[in-house]
Amino acid sequence: MKSGSGIERLFERGRFVVTGEIGPPMSSDHAPVRENARFLKGYADAFNLTDNQTAIVRMSSLASSVICMEEGVEPIMQMTCRDRNRIAMQSDLLGASALGVRNLLCISGDHQVFGNQPESKNVYDLDSIQQLMVFSRMRDEAKVWGEAELVEGPKVFLGAAANPFADPFEFRVTRLAKKVKAGADFIQTQAIFDMARFERWMAEVRSRGLDQEVHIMAGLVPLKSVGAARYMKNKVSGMIVPDEIIARMKAAENPKEEGLSICVEQIEHLLTMEGIHGVHIMPVAWERKLPEIVERAGLLPRPTP
Amino acid sequence: MIIGEQKPFKEIVRNLEGHETILVAGCRSCVAICLAGGEKEVGVLAESLRIHSDLNDLGWEVGEATVERQCEKEWVRELAPLVEEVDCVLSMACGVGAQIVQEMFPDTRVIPGLNTSNMGAPEEQGIWSEKCGGCGDCVLHLTGGICPMARCAKNLLNGPCGGSQDGMCEIDPETPCAWDQIFQSLKRLGRLDLMEENIPPKDWTPSRNGGPRTIVKSSAVLTEKEKRAREGLD
Amino acid sequence: MGPRIVGFCCSYCGYASADLAGRQGRTYSPGVMIVRLPCSGRIDVLHILQAFRKGADAVFVVGCLEDNCNFVNGNFEAKKRVQEVKDILDALGLGAGRVEMFNVASNQGWRFPRIVEEMTARVEKLGPNPLGVIADDNR
Repeated sequence: MKSGSGIERLFERGRFVVTGEIGPPMSSDHAPVRENARFLKGYADAFNLTDNQTAIVRMSSLASSVICMEEGVEPIMQMTCRDRNRIAMQSDLLGASALGVRNLLCISGDHQVFGNQPESKNVYDLDSIQQLMVFSRMRDEAKVWGEAELVEGPKVFLGAAANPFADPFEFRVTRLAKKVKAGADFIQTQAIFDMARFERWMAEVRSRGLDQEVHIMAGLVPLKSVGAARYMKNKVSGMIVPDEIIARMKAAENPKEEGLSICVEQIEHLLTMEGIHGVHIMPVAWERKLPEIVERAGLLPRPTP
Repeated sequence: MIIGEQKPFKEIVRNLEGHETILVAGCRSCVAICLAGGEKEVGVLAESLRIHSDLNDLGWEVGEATVERQCEKEWVRELAPLVEEVDCVLSMACGVGAQIVQEMFPDTRVIPGLNTSNMGAPEEQGIWSEKCGGCGDCVLHLTGGICPMARCAKNLLNGPCGGSQDGMCEIDPETPCAWDQIFQSLKRLGRLDLMEENIPPKDWTPSRNGGPRTIVKSSAVLTEKEKRAREGLD
Repeated sequence: MGPRIVGFCCSYCGYASADLAGRQGRTYSPGVMIVRLPCSGRIDVLHILQAFRKGADAVFVVGCLEDNCNFVNGNFEAKKRVQEVKDILDALGLGAGRVEMFNVASNQGWRFPRIVEEMTARVEKLGPNPLGVIADDNR
C-alpha cells in the first residue's frame, strides 16, 4: 500500500471505482463544502477537490479536502503546476499528508489567461510529469528533490490526467506511458463524448500493457443542454463533442433527461471495457445530480474500502 | 534579435513631462530591423513631438541621433556633444541600449521610448515572433529545434498538455502549440525516441530566476595594464 | 484663399489628372499646393508630418488606381503610410480626417476638383490647423 487510501484499497481488490468532484467555493466560508460533502457522501468512493480550476480564485484544494475529511468523505486533492513552485508543492504535500489527505492528482493546470487573474505571473517551475517524479520520490525514498532527507515521507496515492481527445493523437498514449513511468498510480481522463476515439486510445493503451501498470478511470460530464454541449465543443481546447451528441441534445424534448441518459449509457458501456478500472464523474454546474447518475447506472451501493 | 515596439505616443509625451530639450536617440541594430527605433522611426517620432510641442506651446527643442548599436559604450560615447545640450534623452533602443545611455550619461535623464519585448525573429515583413527563452540551458537538440521555454505558454518540458488541439495552444486559437511543433519536428527527424524520455525538473539557476547574469570569457578580459596601454596612459 | 491643402500627386495619374482638370477649365480652391512625385509610393510619413508642422490644414496623396500603379505597388505602400499618418494625427489630437489617400486614373480630370472639395469640407469640419501660417521660417 502506498497510501492506504480508500480508492487505493478498492483498486487493489479489483473493484470498479467511482469518483465525483466538488468545486471549492469562491468564498472563505467552509459551509458550502460541508453541505456538498454531506449531500454526496456515499454516492462515490472519493471526490476531487479542484485547484483554482480555470484559474479562478477559489478556496484551496487542500483546505477543502480537509473539510471533506471532517465530514467523513474521502478527498482527492488536486495540485496544478501553475501557481506553485517545487518548494511550495513539496511543502503542501507534506502538509496535506500530515492532515490525512491520501490522494493527490497532479496536473499542469489551465493557463491563467482563462481566469479572473489573467495579469498574474504563472509559475510552471515543474510540469505535471516532473511533479509526479518529485512526489513519488518523496513518498518512496523520503527525500525532497535534490537528496535532502525527510524525517517522514508523505503517504499519497498519485493521480494524473490523460486526454485522449487532445492532439497529436498518435502521441497521447506515449504521454500516458511517460506519466506512468514518472509515478502515476491512477489516471482520470478528460470527459468522453467521442467514444470511438476513446476506444481507439484504449486499444493502444492495452496493446502497450499500460492498463496493467496504472488504474485508468474514464472521465464523464453529464450534459445539461445543447448549449453546454456546443460550448464544450467549440470553446474548450482539448475536448471533442461529436455532432451526433449535439444532435441528440438538440432533438431531445427534455435535454436534461437526455444528458443524464447519455451519461448513464456511457457508464454502462465503460463497465464492459477492458482496462477501465473506474469512472470519474464531473457534473459541471450540476454537482447534486451525481447520486441520480450513479443510481441509474447501477453503481450503488458503494463498497466499504 | 531583440524585438520591441514603440510606446504609445501619449505615453511617451506623458513621460517627457518636465523636460524641454530632448534628444531622440535611435539604434541601427535590432530595433531598426523590427521597425521600432531605427533612424527612420526616430525621424517620424521627433517630428511628431515637434508638432505636439507647437500645438501645446511647450517650446520643446527636439534633436535626433542614431548610433550603430546603443548597447555598446564606444558608439554611445559619440552622442556626448549632443547629450550635453539636452536635459533628457528619449531612447528608442531596447531596454539594454537605454540603460547603457543612462550609464554613460548619468546626469541626464533617460526616458525609454520603446517597450522591449522578447528575443525573436521575423516571420515575414512586419511580423516578429518570440523564439528564445533565454533560460541559459539550451535543450533545442531534444526538442527538434523548437524552444519550449519561449514558445510553450506553460514552458513545459514534457508536453503537450491536455489543451493542445489541432496543433494550437489552449490560450489562443492563433497560437501554435509548441509541443505539437516539437512532435512534428522530431517525427520528421526520425527522433521521436527523444519524446519518450521524461525530462527531469529544470535547473533554473542559469535563467533570470537565478539573479541577473554576467557572462565572462576570461581569455578576452583585459588586465589593468592592458587597459591603460590601450588608452595610451602609460 | 481657402484652406491650405498640400496634395502629393504621382506623375502618372495624380498629377496628370490635375493637369487635365486645368486644361478642361475646371476650377478648384487656390489654397492647394501640388507636390509632384514620380510615384505615390515615394511619399514618406515624414513628408506629410512636415507639411502639417508647417501649417497645412489638410494633406492628400493621389496615386494611380489600385492594380494600375505604374510601379506596380507604389500606391499600396502609399496607402499604408497614409494610414500610419492618420494614427499619428489622432494621437496628436489633430484628427485623422486631415489626411487621405485617393486613387485616380490619368484621364479623370473631373475627379481632381472633387478631391479638393472633399478635403476642404473636412477642414471646415475639423477647423484650421492650430499651428497657423506656413510662412514661419523658424519651423
